[in-house]
Amino acid sequence: MKNRDFTSLEVTDAYLGAIEAANPKLNAFISVEAEQARQMASASDKKLAEGAARALEGIPLGIKDLFATRGTHTQAGSHILDGFLPEYESTVTANLWSDGAVMLGKLNMDEFAMGSSNESSYFGPVVNPWRSQGATDALVPGGSSGGSAAAVSSWLCAGATATDTGGSIRQPAAFTGTVGVKPTYGRCSRWGIVAFASSLDQAGPITRTVEDAALLLTSMAGFDKKDSTSVDMTVPDFAAAVSRGVKGLKIGIPREYRMEGMPEEIETLWQQGIEWMKDEGAVITDISLPHTKYALPAYYIVAPAEASSNLARYDGVKYGLRVPGDTIDEMYELTRAAGFGDEVKRRVMIGTYVLSAGYYDAYYVRAQKVRTLIKQDFEKVFAQGVDAILTPATPSAAFGIGDKEMAADPVKMYLNDIFTVTVNMAGLPGIAVPAGKDSAGLPLGLQLIGKPFDEETLFAAGRVIERATSDDFSPEKWW
Amino acid sequence: MSVDTDTVKRIGHLARIRVEEQDLDSLADELNNILGFVEQLNEVDVEGVMPMTSVIPMRQRLRPDQVNDGGYAPKIVANAPLSEDNFFMVPKVVE
Repeated sequence: MKNRDFTSLEVTDAYLGAIEAANPKLNAFISVEAEQARQMASASDKKLAEGAARALEGIPLGIKDLFATRGTHTQAGSHILDGFLPEYESTVTANLWSDGAVMLGKLNMDEFAMGSSNESSYFGPVVNPWRSQGATDALVPGGSSGGSAAAVSSWLCAGATATDTGGSIRQPAAFTGTVGVKPTYGRCSRWGIVAFASSLDQAGPITRTVEDAALLLTSMAGFDKKDSTSVDMTVPDFAAAVSRGVKGLKIGIPREYRMEGMPEEIETLWQQGIEWMKDEGAVITDISLPHTKYALPAYYIVAPAEASSNLARYDGVKYGLRVPGDTIDEMYELTRAAGFGDEVKRRVMIGTYVLSAGYYDAYYVRAQKVRTLIKQDFEKVFAQGVDAILTPATPSAAFGIGDKEMAADPVKMYLNDIFTVTVNMAGLPGIAVPAGKDSAGLPLGLQLIGKPFDEETLFAAGRVIERATSDDFSPEKWW
Repeated sequence: MSVDTDTVKRIGHLARIRVEEQDLDSLADELNNILGFVEQLNEVDVEGVMPMTSVIPMRQRLRPDQVNDGGYAPKIVANAPLSEDNFFMVPKVVE
């Protein structure tokens, strides 16, 4: 676009056309803002013509439905926010627009970001652009940022915003052969993002390449006085770190991530990643993170507890759905029963239970103590000079929509986040990079975990994986 | 610890989510499943460990206690299912 070979309006129209053709099959977008997108693109073309292009001038993006966007669809994938049109703009999206990006529309997601398959969305499941070789069965794109991952993977947007509370950026990225970054807690403002679990939620990008992710995060991140947990630190030029390499870096391999029953293919991929790091001059060292297995159970206390509090605001009074009742309590109860889906109800009820009188210490306080231990595990390893940690991103490749075992047992679904959730519990940055494929030809990802506010090392090491892998992460177009 | 259907009913009321009689059993099973899963935390020795309050060490930022925003009531109620004269409308709560 800078060379004026084509205009932002042309690119935007091409994406809008691709969405129109693909969306009935993939269901990645739940609202398309064509008119607004064209206006933003035309404004960008003017800037480009004046030679005043900003960092993301004219680049069409998809936005997860969790981000408040002024005057446009924002429902967090839920029925309870029916018709909600925010009067304000989230800080992260405002940052993107002030760098010249164009919004194509809002992306599907698990309801209130609770899920690992995008099946809990009120707007129906997203279909993964990837299929097993020779099969036509619909696979999940992962979740909760399933729409973001599927849209990027199928060329429906140049990049997307996403959020990650327990793995919701990295797991769908791994399932779709895309790059996903969860920054350090506090790096991106949470202001204007529908809250799920406030001490864990972080926004980040999903993109086709590591460099694109670095460019987007540079724009998204930054101090915001409207979020009291936003960190007042300069945002580095992440793209400048991408080609830095890993020579001399100490990469830790945590033995506790070698899970029983882990598929051979995941183990092989992990070994391959270790070899790639060695080839580029990194020093590999075995490390121990002894409390790893307790991260997921602790998460399933802390996250629902915070969610039960955050979701108390959906009461049929201030916005969205209202089901009438004779008393105010009846109105609350009927509205929330009709407006929340099953997974959201389960989590709100678990959260309510673990915070209720008599159980608070046994569950919530204990889980927060375990969380301290999990964070200390990482601190000890980093104090030993480890620069980053290499692990698999997920325990498997994408599974089928309507998987019976997972539908019957929520805990089975929760296990999807087993490698990613520790990172949220400790507030650390993590990146998932496509690295290989399973025997059915489905993408698999590796995860790198970094020191607080050292996303730069993750971009550098992520690029090493991206360059080393010989696999092509373009899905075969069937839609 | 496990929950029975009476407890599920009570939690439903605390969470202000109506649970229908026929769903109580299955919901109790699902909740017990999750509570069974988190039970393993009891294996961890947490003696003398401080519960986490902030994942990134930071001091609470303070700001002057003065009005710095507001004055747009119509915007606040714009999304309300029912409002009148910039007030949210709810069923009668005082007799």
